[in-house]
Amino acid sequence: MTIALPALEIVTKLEAALPESVVESSGNTVVVKDEFLFKVASFLKTTPGLDFNYLNYITATDYQTYFEVIYNLISLEHNHGLILKTRLIAREKPRIASLISLWAGADFQEREIFDLFGINFTGHPNLKRIFLWEGFPGYPLRKDYRQ
Amino acid sequence: MALKTETFMINVGPQHPSTHGVFRMRLTLNGEVIQDVEPVFGYLHRGIEKLAEGLNYTQDIVFTDRLDYLASMTNNQAYVLSVEKLGGIQVPERAEYLRIIMAELMRISSHLMAVGFLLNDLGAFLTPLLYMYREREKILDLFDMVCGQRLTYNYMRIGGVSQDIPEEFLPALKKFIDSLPGFINEYDQLLAENEILLVRTKNVGILSRESAINYSTAGPVLRGSGVKWDIRKADPYSVYDRFKFEVPTGTKGDVYDRYRVRIEEMHQSTNIIEQAVAQLPQGEIMAKVPRVFRPPKGEVYGHIESPKGEFGFYLVSDGSTNPYRLHIRPPSLINLTALRELMIGVKIADAMGIFGSIDICVGEIDR
Repeated sequence: MTIALPALEIVTKLEAALPESVVESSGNTVVVKDEFLFKVASFLKTTPGLDFNYLNYITATDYQTYFEVIYNLISLEHNHGLILKTRLIAREKPRIASLISLWAGADFQEREIFDLFGINFTGHPNLKRIFLWEGFPGYPLRKDYRQ
Repeated sequence: MALKTETFMINVGPQHPSTHGVFRMRLTLNGEVIQDVEPVFGYLHRGIEKLAEGLNYTQDIVFTDRLDYLASMTNNQAYVLSVEKLGGIQVPERAEYLRIIMAELMRISSHLMAVGFLLNDLGAFLTPLLYMYREREKILDLFDMVCGQRLTYNYMRIGGVSQDIPEEFLPALKKFIDSLPGFINEYDQLLAENEILLVRTKNVGILSRESAINYSTAGPVLRGSGVKWDIRKADPYSVYDRFKFEVPTGTKGDVYDRYRVRIEEMHQSTNIIEQAVAQLPQGEIMAKVPRVFRPPKGEVYGHIESPKGEFGFYLVSDGSTNPYRLHIRPPSLINLTALRELMIGVKIADAMGIFGSIDICVGEIDR
């Protein structure tokens, strides 16, 4: 059974290594500040005992007052998992660091979120629309999208 | 006088017999050698994630059939499993067993297609594929018997399955399952000992263990590279913990290993179906779910091992009848991330073999 690592354990480690990076946590979910995302992710990937070597999926949700970007990290060795989240307030050109240099599997998924939510991933080498065509008006998965 | 050379671009798809649907890629070639690959998606984009927000949880089952249309049963299963997790619904045992029988039949059917099309792409034109179709046809007949559909089954429901199996199903299933291992072995021998096939698949398209993990690949692609990772074992769902089966893995991560893993998995699926039929309990096939289903507020991620890899649904509920957000973890799209690494530097003649060994379905890539 994939163990859902208790968030508290992770938060303690994160607070020690990267103070003030955590916004809140519950269950197996940790929400971090957007400017810390890359550092937190690389900490989670490289710290012995955590070893999150597998990025399962990335997705986003529009909660209207903010966007939430969700990362599901898994360690194939230890068979444990964690949900890492970050929140973006800006609706005009929201920005977040790309994790493609840590997990190459992020490539198409970040492009998808860019395409459908309009969230920019800084550092992505080929950030352009993936399913819709260039010049498509708006971002369909945003809640305020009107056809 | 020195000869001038330059690279050139070749377009493959979206209408191409080897691209399995409407997948397209632009290859940059230096002579015969591939220098760059750019997959182009979106020809089958229907906006299912957006459409799903406008319909209720039960209606959305219909959309899942149209994702990976070669494995509709497992799509159904991944979705209803996630919704049940969200709503805290306990599924009757008989329904769990029926789901597993259908899911494993679906896996066999999907792997038959994967192997058949791979051989087709490698130049064993149509003959092996039609034999695979012959066996798949029997599986489709079984599904037809159960739910009246041959492609878009819409068989599973939140809380169970739509209908119980008819009387003639189990005898027909037994007949099919008994004949299947012989069939798989026969064609595997015919093909796997074929010199041409071996040369075209061994040491071609090698994906190392580290790369397979780094690219977030799943399913036979990940296992072909030697990573023993199967959601049925790693995070058992439904009643998979009651069955004995192996997780086949490859050693090198080449096209042949991915082919081999699929062949072995068909044997394992046969095994699981036999055990499931032997243990199949009597009883209800549907839990009591309110007609107007309103799950509590919250979010959930449910996942299964589909024929192509980890298939998951991320659902956010705001307490209403429709999902607030529905995201699909698409195994084919994520597996394709590894395509660039696999193809750069190989000869164009191998491109389609490598591509076929990933086994994609565009319905689920574009959604």
